[in-house]
This record gives sequence, structure tokens and C-alpha cells, in this order.
Amino acid sequence: MRFYEYEARKIVELAGIPVTKYGFCQTADEARKVAEDIGGPTVIKSQVLTGGRMKAGGVQFADTPEEAAEHAADILELEINGLEPVGVLVDPKAEIKQEYYAGVVWDGTAKKPLMLFSDMGGIDIEQVAEEHPEHVGRGHISNLLPVGDFEAKQVIAATGVTGSRLNRATPVLAKLARLFRDNDMLLAEINPLAELTDGTFVALDAHMEMEDEAVGRQKKLLRKDLGIAEDDTRDNYVPSRFEKNVKAIDAADHRGVIQGKDHGFSGNLGLVIGAGGGSLTLTDAVRSQGGKPANYSEIGGNPSVAKACGLAKEVLQKDGVEKIAVMMSIVSNTRVDIVARGVIKACLELEKDPAETIAIFRIPGAWEDEGAKILDHYGVEYCDRTVSLWDAAGRAVAKIQGASA
Amino acid sequence: MSAPKSLESVFIDVRIAEPAASDVELAKTLEEVCPVSIFKATDSGSEIVSGQLDECVLCNLCIEAAPDGAVTIVKKYEQ
Amino acid sequence: MSILLNKDTTFIVQGITGREAINLTRECLDYGSKIVGGVTPGRKGREVHGVPVFDTVAQAVENHGGQIDGSVVTVPPGFTKDAVIEAIANGIKLLVIVTERIPRGDVAEMVEFADMHDARIIGPNCLGLIVPDVCKMGGIGGPARDAAKSYEPGAVGVMSRSGGMTTEISSSLTAAGLGVSTAVSIGGDAIIGSTYAELMPYFEADEQTRAIVIYTEPGGRMEAQLAEWKKEHDSRLPIVAFMAGKFMDDEEMQGMSFGHAGTIVEGKEDSANEKIKRLEEAGITVVERIDEIPDAVKERIEA
Repeated sequence: MRFYEYEARKIVELAGIPVTKYGFCQTADEARKVAEDIGGPTVIKSQVLTGGRMKAGGVQFADTPEEAAEHAADILELEINGLEPVGVLVDPKAEIKQEYYAGVVWDGTAKKPLMLFSDMGGIDIEQVAEEHPEHVGRGHISNLLPVGDFEAKQVIAATGVTGSRLNRATPVLAKLARLFRDNDMLLAEINPLAELTDGTFVALDAHMEMEDEAVGRQKKLLRKDLGIAEDDTRDNYVPSRFEKNVKAIDAADHRGVIQGKDHGFSGNLGLVIGAGGGSLTLTDAVRSQGGKPANYSEIGGNPSVAKACGLAKEVLQKDGVEKIAVMMSIVSNTRVDIVARGVIKACLELEKDPAETIAIFRIPGAWEDEGAKILDHYGVEYCDRTVSLWDAAGRAVAKIQGASA
Repeated sequence: MSAPKSLESVFIDVRIAEPAASDVELAKTLEEVCPVSIFKATDSGSEIVSGQLDECVLCNLCIEAAPDGAVTIVKKYEQ
Repeated sequence: MSILLNKDTTFIVQGITGREAINLTRECLDYGSKIVGGVTPGRKGREVHGVPVFDTVAQAVENHGGQIDGSVVTVPPGFTKDAVIEAIANGIKLLVIVTERIPRGDVAEMVEFADMHDARIIGPNCLGLIVPDVCKMGGIGGPARDAAKSYEPGAVGVMSRSGGMTTEISSSLTAAGLGVSTAVSIGGDAIIGSTYAELMPYFEADEQTRAIVIYTEPGGRMEAQLAEWKKEHDSRLPIVAFMAGKFMDDEEMQGMSFGHAGTIVEGKEDSANEKIKRLEEAGITVVERIDEIPDAVKERIEA
């Protein structure tokens, strides 16, 4: 789950890290009032879940409250990468002595969170790491023991930072590491972390992402502290009708799992496939052999006939889909006969001939003999494990190309 | 999009012979043992929920719960 | 020989009264595995396919009268961490975590606790492991009869991020007459208890194993870690890899995950093509097609 900058700043603030006196506004009038309260030059920043705000004109500077209101009005109307902002953040223009970077990410190899710090802030940390590795400090934290201030201090000191700056930056990084762990974050970044002319440190921009699996246990932060609605899931893109329909069919019945995606797919071969790894392998195999998938899907966990039927029907009703390929890696829990019933029923309910519509049926494993009997009755050829996933995909592609030629 | 038609019992048929079909106690047992809710117990005995027939998982629990030969499962695709 | 399991391995099933757990208990018993107890809090005194159910792991250990080797953990995500730590605290050294959707902070905590106690975690989000004709721990391969069709004893160690593909690949190795020494479904999450590189020393030490096959996907640095391990150790074992999900490298798929939670590509290094390059540089054969695996293994063994 991704957060807007104003929310990420709130999270930082809740963890006891100093921030500037910023305000989140949804109208130009509100922006004027916040700028008046600030009483000096301000920065107006678009609140949108995409990068490249500066380039797109989503960040503007203002000297007066009137100017702030004007910029706010413009930015509130400005779409960035196709997304409308939810508001603007009005921030005092800070008197900066130096910019730093403070961040915490997961290190999957070490299986621990990794603290990162650089005295070259304000730019992309990956770029700094590549060009100036000596300016990046790193240190893992334990998942079991409390995070000690000294651990943060070691990371910062490794970049050569010393004196009172070291002592002031240390609690910021330590608190960031604690909030990362406490809030199930995937990413917690303050960039830039600014040292102001008076020597104090403040978070000028923050970037946070929470693991979706943890959303259920972070209700206090999400609902109470940040006021984010339950249905506001912050997906990367707007789900298609196909995706919504498949999701609804899946949710209506607890037996088994079906998933369907068609974002980025626009071909004529419908895929009714599974399970996780099998679907990835099969989608590649179809494409490598010149096939054009109309969608991606996954069947798993032994779904009901109605569920398998529902998925197949949704795939068959997509624009341009002529045939479906029903293929899975060897199943041990999902039953071959149940999936066979589901896909044949989908054809019949849409008044299509299963023998013509099902380009291939390749699911070996549990109840395969029963499945073969059902398919045989409807004139659909059954392929067992002697037909590889690659060959199954190839046969499906050949059939559809033969049909449309 | 117009709703496509919905078919009942394409693959499976379940029959209960008399007098078992009118046995109110047996009806309750059948309703309980079937994992996919094909049987419904009523005041006059067992009723078949036709919309559920195709969900039959061939577990035979209904056949075992009823007197010999009282319940038959027909696989239509074998006919 | 084999890795991690043998014919005497004893284990329990935590969450044994759940629907899926009842199935896998039946499957494992039929396969010849020694399940010496089950745990579901509040269900002490029940039996699942003849296996006694206890409220705590400690009771199961006491009833067994000695150390229990392993545990298959199938409890809901919110309870998994406690269950795993309970098992390790009671002397269990091999944990198979079946549960999906566990926040990675919890997984990392379990792994760190396991490391401190010299215990090994397989998973989460996995189907477990199998030594053909000897023992199976988890749902891997399905019912005993089906598992026997896919898994015959042989020369190849299999590790896979996908449970289903573990069996698909093993079945092709069995059909080709190569067979399987031990197959491990390592799990589909971003952080897992045992990565390819972490299991390699076990296979290295197993005389029966003469080659390794891995099934892999986009996301994470597990393959880079294996490539580094391979370069650093003068391993006697040739490795053949298959990479699924190459379509995810397409621009319009950026930021999406398919199949498993761990497939989310977070950096350029995580993409399918980058991984293939890295594996090949380390001398690992990467096959383009899934059905090329058995021949590639034969070639590498004979070379």
C-alpha cells in the first residue's frame, strides 16, 4: 500500500521525527490560509501517487499567500501521468544548509531490514550508490532485538559525518528504522532530510510503502491516524471489467481460488490456466510460440465447477477471444474432472461447441481419468503429462492460427 | 452485456427411489453429509437442489448414508 | 541418501484439524511418513486419521517421549509466527510453513529465531519436500498414489519457488529415467526460510544427488545469491535452471506481480532477463523451454 507525501510525513511525525509546519489542502482557499499561517515563502506540491512531479510542473514556489493560492489552483487541476492529485501540500520554503538521505528497505538475502544513509541527499539514492559509494552508509537491523541508536550512528558515521550533525541525525535514522518495523513497511525514506541553517534536522519529503499483507493489522495507523478508507486500496492501476468480474466470482465462493488479469494483454487466445508457476510458464510458452494471449489467469486450490465455469465464461466473453486453452501444471489438489465440467459448461452456456472452442485441455493429475471421460463425451481431446507444457501451448497456438487463417 | 443462459445439471443427476425419498429422517442425514448441498430436507422428505447437481464431487457419502440402492448418481457423460 | 529427511524422520502437523491439513496428513501417512502428533489449541483428545491431537507442541513432544524432528505448519497467517516459535522452542529443527500471506516482518523474525536455535525453515507459501519412496513432508505431489507417479528415486535435486512446478519438473525427470533425490518446494514469497544457495550445501553433501534443477521467477535476489555461491564454491553439481514469467519484463507489466507475492520486481536486477544473464555467467545452464530440462541435465551429468 502506497502513501501520499502528506500521509508519509504524518507517519514520520508520529514516529517523533521533526517535520516542517506543512498543511494539506484541497482548495486554493485552504492553501492561501496555510501560506498565511506559515508567513513566508512557500512550496506548493501536488499530492499524487506517481513520480516526476517536479518535471510535470507539480511543484511550484510562492512568495505570497496569493501566489500560493494561484499555484494551488493550477496544480489541483494538473494531471500527472494520467492521475489527478488528491490535494496539495503547502510547505514553508526551508533555509537549507545541507541535504541528506535516510532510508530503510528490506534486504531479502540477509532477511533483515537495511538502514541506508547518505550525506548526498535530494537525489536518487541508487545514483549516489553507483557514483559515490563512499557516501552511502549501510547497516542491517535485527527483527527480534530493539533497534539501538548506536546502530544508526554507525551507519551515519560511515559516510564521514561527525560532530553535532552526527548526534542530530542519529535519532532520525533510528526512529525511521523503528517505524519501518512497527508499521510493516516495505520502504521508508526521508529524502531530503534537511539540515537547516539553524542546525536542526527536518524531514522535507518522505516516501512510505506498507506491505499489503499487513494492512489488516495496521488498522490504527491507517484508519485512525491517517483516516484512509477501507476500500481505498491504492492499486497501481484501475482494474478492467474482466479483472473486476473475475474478482467478484472468486469472492462469491470460498472453494478454490481464481485470478484473472488482462492489463497489457490484447490477443485472441483466452487462457484458462494454473496454478501460480504453471501460469507463468504457460503464458511465456504461448507467447514464445507466436500466440497472443487475451489474458492471464490462475486456477488453484480446487475451485468449484461454478467458479471454473465463471472464469472460462469471462475469458470467452472478452473482445476478440475465439478459443480458450485450458492448461495447468500437474495438479494434486485441484481436480481435473471439476475443471473439465466448468469449462465445458461455460461453452454450453454461451452456446458454443466445446470441441471447437477448447483449443486444448492439458491438466494431468488428480481425477484425470474422470476428466478424460467428460472431455471425450464432448469431443474435446484430453492431454495428459506426456504432453509437456511447452507442447500444449504450441498446440493451442497452432489451432488458433489454423482457425483464423 | 446480456446475461448468458445458466444451465442446470449438465453432468450429474441424482435420483432417490421411494420410499427413501419420503423418509424425513433420511432427508436430514443426506442434507448433512453432502459437501456440496445437493439435498434439501423438507416436511415431506428429500428434495434435489438442481442448481447444485453439477458440483457433485462423487464422494458417495449420500449413497453410503441411504439404504442400498436408494440413491443413484448418474454421470450423464457416460450415457 | 537424501537431504533433510530420511525414513526415520518424525514430524507433527500444527493446525492439523484444518481442511487442508487433514488432507495432507492422510497423504503423508499413506506415503509412509511418520506423523507423531498434531496440534490445534483446544482440540486435545481428538484424532486425525489416527494421529493424536494436542493443545501444545510440548504435549506432543511429551507424548512422543523424545525429540520430534519436524513440523508442518498450516495455521492462519496471524498465528503462524507464534506457532513456529513454539515449535522451535520445543526442540523442533525442521519447519515447513505452508501458510500464505504472512507479512515479511513476521517471516524475518521466525528466520532469525530459527538461526539462533540451529533450526531450518522451508517456506512459507510452499508445499514442503519429498524424498521419493521414503518420506514426504507437506502436500507436495498430492495423494500418495499421485506422488508415486511423479516422483521416483534418482539423481536430481529439485528446488522450486512454485509448488506445482516442483511436481511438474520432477515428473519429467522421472519420465526421462533420471529420477529425483530430494525435491523441495522452497516457497513463493519475497523472504523465505531457505533459498537455493542455502540448500546447496546439503545437496553437495548428498552422494545420491548428481545434478540440480531449479525453477525460478522474476523478483528478488535469490538467483544472484545462487550464482555467487556457485562461483565461490567449487561445486561438483551441475545446475540447470528454468525461468518462468519472462513476459513480466514487458514495459506494461512493470510494478505488477503474477503468480506469487515474491514476483514483484523491485529493481532492474530482479527482472527475468537480468537473472538469466547472471545465472549463465556463473556456469548455470538456463533452458528456454520447460521440456528441455531432462536433456540438459543428462548432458551436464555426462559432460
